[in-house]
Amino acid sequence: MQQYNWTTVCQLDDIAPNTGVCALFDEQQVAIFRVGRTEQVYAVDNFDPFGKANVLSRGLIGDCEGDIVVASPLYKQQFVLKNGACIEDESVKLKTFPIRAYRGEIQLGLAS
Amino acid sequence: MRQQKIIVVGNGMVGHKFIDNLIQHPDYAQYHILTFSEEPRLAYDRVKLSSYFSGSTVDDLMLTSEDYYDEHGVQFIVNDKVINIDKAAKQITTASGRVESYDKLVLATGSFPFVPPIPGKDNPHCLVYRTIEDLEAITASAQESKVGVVVGGGLLGLECANALHELKLEAHVVEFAPRLMAVQLDEGGGNVLSRKIQDLGVSVHCEKNTKEIVAGETLRYRMNFADGSHLETDMIVFSAGIRPQDELARQFDLTIGERGGIVIDDNCLTSDPDIYAVGECALWQNRIFGLVAPGYTMAKAAVSHLTGGDVLFQGADMSTKLKLLGVDVASIGDAHAQSPGALTYTYMNDVEGIYKRIVVNPEKTQLLGAVLIGDTEAYGNLLTMTLEKMALPEQPEVLILPALDGAESAALGVNALPDSAQICSCHDVSKGDLICAIQDGATDLGSLKSCSKAGTGCGGCTAMVGQVLNAELEKMGVEVNDNLCSHFAYSRQELFDIIRSKQIKTFDALLAEYGEGKGCMVCKPAVGSILATYWNEYVLSDDHIQLQDTNDIFLANMQRDGTYSVVPRIAAGEITPKQLIALGEIGEKYDLYTKITGGQRIDFFGAQLHELPPIWDELIAAGFETGHAYGKSLRTVKSCVGSTWCRFGMLDSVTMAVNLEMRYKGLRSPHKLKMGVSGCTRECAEAQGKDIGIIATDKGWNLYVCGNGGMKPRHADLFASDLDDATLIQYIDRILMFYCRTADRLQRTSVWMDNMEGGLAYLKSVIIDDKLEIGAELEKDMARVVDTYECEWKKTLNSPERLKRFAHFINSPATDDRLAYEADRGQSKARIATVAEEDMIATVSVD
Repeated sequence: MQQYNWTTVCQLDDIAPNTGVCALFDEQQVAIFRVGRTEQVYAVDNFDPFGKANVLSRGLIGDCEGDIVVASPLYKQQFVLKNGACIEDESVKLKTFPIRAYRGEIQLGLAS
Repeated sequence: MRQQKIIVVGNGMVGHKFIDNLIQHPDYAQYHILTFSEEPRLAYDRVKLSSYFSGSTVDDLMLTSEDYYDEHGVQFIVNDKVINIDKAAKQITTASGRVESYDKLVLATGSFPFVPPIPGKDNPHCLVYRTIEDLEAITASAQESKVGVVVGGGLLGLECANALHELKLEAHVVEFAPRLMAVQLDEGGGNVLSRKIQDLGVSVHCEKNTKEIVAGETLRYRMNFADGSHLETDMIVFSAGIRPQDELARQFDLTIGERGGIVIDDNCLTSDPDIYAVGECALWQNRIFGLVAPGYTMAKAAVSHLTGGDVLFQGADMSTKLKLLGVDVASIGDAHAQSPGALTYTYMNDVEGIYKRIVVNPEKTQLLGAVLIGDTEAYGNLLTMTLEKMALPEQPEVLILPALDGAESAALGVNALPDSAQICSCHDVSKGDLICAIQDGATDLGSLKSCSKAGTGCGGCTAMVGQVLNAELEKMGVEVNDNLCSHFAYSRQELFDIIRSKQIKTFDALLAEYGEGKGCMVCKPAVGSILATYWNEYVLSDDHIQLQDTNDIFLANMQRDGTYSVVPRIAAGEITPKQLIALGEIGEKYDLYTKITGGQRIDFFGAQLHELPPIWDELIAAGFETGHAYGKSLRTVKSCVGSTWCRFGMLDSVTMAVNLEMRYKGLRSPHKLKMGVSGCTRECAEAQGKDIGIIATDKGWNLYVCGNGGMKPRHADLFASDLDDATLIQYIDRILMFYCRTADRLQRTSVWMDNMEGGLAYLKSVIIDDKLEIGAELEKDMARVVDTYECEWKKTLNSPERLKRFAHFINSPATDDRLAYEADRGQSKARIATVAEEDMIATVSVD
């Protein structure tokens, strides 16, 4: 099983239910989302490949046929959070990051 | 090929229709049109002439413009009259001496008002009612008069009486026949109409033959009647019918009917093969058609003949439906039951002033005609049944009996109509035409109306157009489904009703009980907007923050590079020099690109997320509050300086605009709202292009609704005239809250209005007559929004938990390194990265 070195970037409570924040991690901008008031969290690249700006963490969270998605705040393309796939354009996929909520902290992982 | 030169004599409604039809024809390039108008302006809507007295301007009435004619190469000359036709040389000469040759001549000279030969008819203050100049004369005369009489109780006469009534005169109608609208109505209908009109304060005198007009004893004139009675008045308007304007044709030997009118055939050709006649000057089979719809059909036939088509004029139905002094009146077909053996059914309701009569054939299988007073809802159905000779129900009376509770309405569905059935008589649109348009993609009422023109004339057929649309969509297998999205099987209006009746306060609670899944970018902001309209809670609270879209979630407008623009409220565009200085200092300090907006305020661009709180800190300290530029909510109330400074201002438009902006600020609505207040009809605030527009008059405020600039401009509709401040605010409260309740998501008021069954008249009945009995409730809901207003930025600055979100990184004070600016015209401006740069900084992994 893949092993990760986990780094805490913020507290779970720093993220309002069903919203996102952006963390600086490994010199990359990572958009982190929290589903409802749960510990279910996702991490994808913060860069919007359509709008070409670092804004995805500010998008709206919803579901599309069962998958949790974020809609870009610029031009509303939707991305599946678990794998980064774009609903509107299957040739586009966001990078995803290992993430966990651990003892009330949000941690991003680097493969060890 | 040489262009054929077409001269159109007369630029009235029908003359213009002919020109417009030819412009729209695919072979238009082969023609050159020259048109003359003896009036000082191009074609205007004579049918709506009376609206001039309720606040419409000449511009509102115009049917075309110089620009439109220029654009299509139509040459036009106003204020000049054709006085000579040389048929052999095919030349005309005008009063100013201009000579022009033609290939084809079209006479669209219209008609003139008939003034009976009564001694005294030529005195001052004895007027007629046909042109805008006539209206101006009537207005001028009214200012020196207290009492006004209209001679003639026909359709135009009653409209004119309405005008006098609106000009605050004591109005009388004098009619020669035993009843009003004798041509269109039977005795019963005429009586009910008389009664209703008298109730409104207009006196009706039937069976009066005016013998002479002499000097009055108490007023300016006395009218002596043949029966020995008399009536004193200050002014008289003659509206005793029209006569065809056939003088030219008469002089130059075209065939004229015995009682006037230029004789035409089915192609609208006169006795000269190169001269057409259309409209009220034309006589077809010994009949003059004094309505606009038949004139339009003639224009169509004439254009068709000219261009080698085969559309003929074969007479026209003279059925009419209109509102006279607020009373609905309709007449269809053989209203007088003159057909041999005709039978009638009558429904009469004295309590509500409703009279309905239908005329059927002796076999009771076909409808021949009808008269409707007070309730004309059945007009469309009855007209179609008459024209299409459709089979009658076994008991024809069900067609006019009121639908009692629980009973299905007896009216036949649109599915029963053949495709040839005419739905819109103003623009001659058949059911088949509508079906074609629907199949071509006009699948909502607004777009169907705009592409087919159906329902855009008198508007009487709008409900039927809607029924055809729904029936057709159903047939096409399109599920007529106005569900908000896959998470809620309810329309926005239904959700609003649920939230209101069940007093639901959060999205999660609504979703749990009435929806499924987690919601999406469609339903979340829509429900967020409804909750905010109804409860007006802080939009960034834990319960609501997840619903806020791009701009609302950070209370600022996101720009293309992810930075924001900031707009403080500058109510009505009024700002002190000190506040301007404060804005200048803040803009300079944060290096913000600064621009004046179209809504008379100031917009700062290029603020990064972490800069928003300190910028607002300073703005609030300088006395500003949020401008809601980010919200689907009231933006600005634009104003001119009004009577405070302007030499022409009638009322204090700035104070009114400030009051309105302060009242409705923060109201979340289905889409953004803009208002304007102008201090006089010069309209410097462009109020008629706003959702709510207000124009000062010498008697109060005129209220306009549902205008729009933007992608699809829409001129606002005049909703009410001469209102005092309190009534104005009451109406706006009700209209806005009714809009918030019933519009679709992201539907501007203009589209809301275009899609409203019953249109402006319906909105008036809800707001002014309180037909749905919700007026008080709407006002109460608005009062709650007004009372619970708070500045969202002030609240946010006092909430440390929320402020955490205003940073690019949650775990670092660093900022977004991708932002790039360059200086231009002395300011910083966002720079769009070049393609090469894109490649360098691409961080997207693409499979």
